[in-house]
Amino acid sequence: MRIIKFLIIKEFRQIFRNKGMLPILFVAPVLQLLILAYAVTYEIKNLKLYIIDYDQSSFSKRLSEKFTSTDHFILSGQSYTDKKAYKSLDENKSDLILIIPKSFEKNLTVSKHEKIQFLVNAIDGAKAAVSISYAQNIINDFVQEINQELAGKYILTPIQGYGPPKQIHTSSLNWYNPELDYKTFMVPGILVLLVTLIGGFLSSMNIVREKEMGTIEQINVAPIKKHQFIIGKLFPFWILGLVELGIGLIIAKLFFDIPFVGSILLLFAFAAVYLLVVLGIGLFISTITETQQQAMFVSWFFLVIFILMSGLFTAIENMPVWAQKLTLFNPLRYFMEVVRMVLLKGSGIMDVKWHFIIMLSFGILINLLAVLRYRKTIS
Amino acid sequence: MNRFNAFVRKEFYHIFRDYRTVLILFGMPIMQILLFGFAITNEIKDARIAIMDLSKDHISQKITSRILSSGYFILDSYLQSYSEIEPAFRKGKIKEVIIFEPDFAKNLEKHGKASIEVITDATDPNTATTLANYTQAIIGTYQIEMNKSSIRPITISPEFKMEYNPNMKGVYMFVPGLITIILMLVSAMMTSISITREKELGTMEVILASPMKPVQVIAAKVIPYILLSFTIAIIILVLGFFVFGVPIKGSLILLLLETILFIITALSLGILISSVTESQQVALMISLMALMLPTILLSGFIFPIENMPVLLQLFSHIIPAKWFIIIIKSIMLKGAGFELVWKETLIIILFTLIFLGISIKKYKIRLE
Repeated sequence: MRIIKFLIIKEFRQIFRNKGMLPILFVAPVLQLLILAYAVTYEIKNLKLYIIDYDQSSFSKRLSEKFTSTDHFILSGQSYTDKKAYKSLDENKSDLILIIPKSFEKNLTVSKHEKIQFLVNAIDGAKAAVSISYAQNIINDFVQEINQELAGKYILTPIQGYGPPKQIHTSSLNWYNPELDYKTFMVPGILVLLVTLIGGFLSSMNIVREKEMGTIEQINVAPIKKHQFIIGKLFPFWILGLVELGIGLIIAKLFFDIPFVGSILLLFAFAAVYLLVVLGIGLFISTITETQQQAMFVSWFFLVIFILMSGLFTAIENMPVWAQKLTLFNPLRYFMEVVRMVLLKGSGIMDVKWHFIIMLSFGILINLLAVLRYRKTIS
Repeated sequence: MNRFNAFVRKEFYHIFRDYRTVLILFGMPIMQILLFGFAITNEIKDARIAIMDLSKDHISQKITSRILSSGYFILDSYLQSYSEIEPAFRKGKIKEVIIFEPDFAKNLEKHGKASIEVITDATDPNTATTLANYTQAIIGTYQIEMNKSSIRPITISPEFKMEYNPNMKGVYMFVPGLITIILMLVSAMMTSISITREKELGTMEVILASPMKPVQVIAAKVIPYILLSFTIAIIILVLGFFVFGVPIKGSLILLLLETILFIITALSLGILISSVTESQQVALMISLMALMLPTILLSGFIFPIENMPVLLQLFSHIIPAKWFIIIIKSIMLKGAGFELVWKETLIIILFTLIFLGISIKKYKIRLE
């Protein structure tokens, strides 16, 4: 116990003496949180709509107006020729083009049916899909409105067999994030990133540094047991990770006003278990690399995959089934879910008990593996 | 020339002896493009929803089956009362609850009006809005059809033509972005680290003492990285084309020339970083913080720039990767010729000249 205590003191001294390290530990995360939260928005609004209205009738004008009066679309241009419209699509000045054909109004009043065309810039598939659903809704509204008016006329002069059209009113409520603020979604996710970076990256680089500099040999010949050394190395980063989470939560509350619906204690408890896993991974990486550069690259490699498959940006349910199964092995995924569930929805311990159990087994497994691989001798 | 060749060879040895790093350099882009191509999509499908049908009549059931057969939703559970909604959301499984009011069909027949309530889990606001929109569209379409029998209503069928990316594949977005990131990683980060490493280990002194001109020393350093990053870029293009069908609509030669230009930009950045730093760690941190993060976040690679706050939008202008991504997207996906990308090209050339100018000024033949 005494040996571990001294090792931990040594480690803390080393961390705090390194002037280059302090900003990385405390300033960089704050900056990251602030910048990431603003940069990482997938919010889709202000789609740039170009309208080609060949008809110029009162109907076509009403339809155009319906589009531009919502805050989903802004008018990027209007013309009577395709060429200009295509060019603006090519130059990224428009996201989609609405083409209203000639005799739009005439066809609607006479044959009651008409086609309109949209050209959508689909390079960003997700954005395209959302803009389609927006457009579809606006058109439905428009059709509904016109039908309502037509029906109004029928009520004044009732015709046999035609009743007024029925109306289904759909209202939607957005729970847990009524303003649909993307930051409410992202900030908790970024907290997970911060904790992971400190736990995984720095711990692996720290151990490898002793290897690279040769100081590990001194520790190897000292009467320090394997587990004492490992605990001494990992404990400081475990504490730092939790401190980092605390700082992140304070910023999230004060700066972004993220609601804390659930229990913060539960969140810290989960983070404590999660950090065991991340530290274990860091330790494992340090046993398979020789230089800091290598450790850095290996961590980077895994981190990118873990982040992409964590549901931070893209929902896991959208992935194909095999990929969803793969994410079951991704520790980030569990923490990402827990942080959002607890902070935003107020989920309790019973809602996340499986997350706890899985995380704990991961932690035991990876640390066992790392300790087994760790050698006190240098090859 | 012979001497120069030897230097280039030395650098190659350096790179390839560290097999782990080489493995990762080649493995990472391949892994990422496979992930992006196969696993990561923003298209919403199979969202789990719960239905609370307080009416259970023929219309509410018809609408339910419409919604469930749309391909966007799968049924998680039926709820019986409002008190079950909150716990269902808390468990984190369902994304949306659709509530039919009691006497739904009756109200519709009698008063011509009935209402449906949609509650979404807006912790993920994008999914929430999209799901609500899909639901609304399905109900709206149903309503119009339902009214066909009452009056002859008008119908409008919109036809959506997907330009540039007909199947809306996410990988179209990612191939250009991935190339850019890898070029940055290999050209800028690796070069800066490898030059500072020579400084740190003291071997730079030996090189500087050799009869080679400083320009030659640097050129010999960067040539292997040019080849390496160019190879990786081509691997990504080939994978994108053959595995995922990402087209190269424009001129391949123009694309490759622009790629080489951007490699030079990235290298000049790497040289610049190495000329102002002394240790590998600092070089690494600067590369990560000042190059990688902005390149990933502010280049329009994943996140659309136009939705960011104005300050970040302005900041994105000074990120060379942003312009390069515009260029390769235009060439690959839109088939743009040089006349559409000359402005961006010019901007990148300008950046390169500035970076090179500063690093030449900062470059010291002597060590302190």
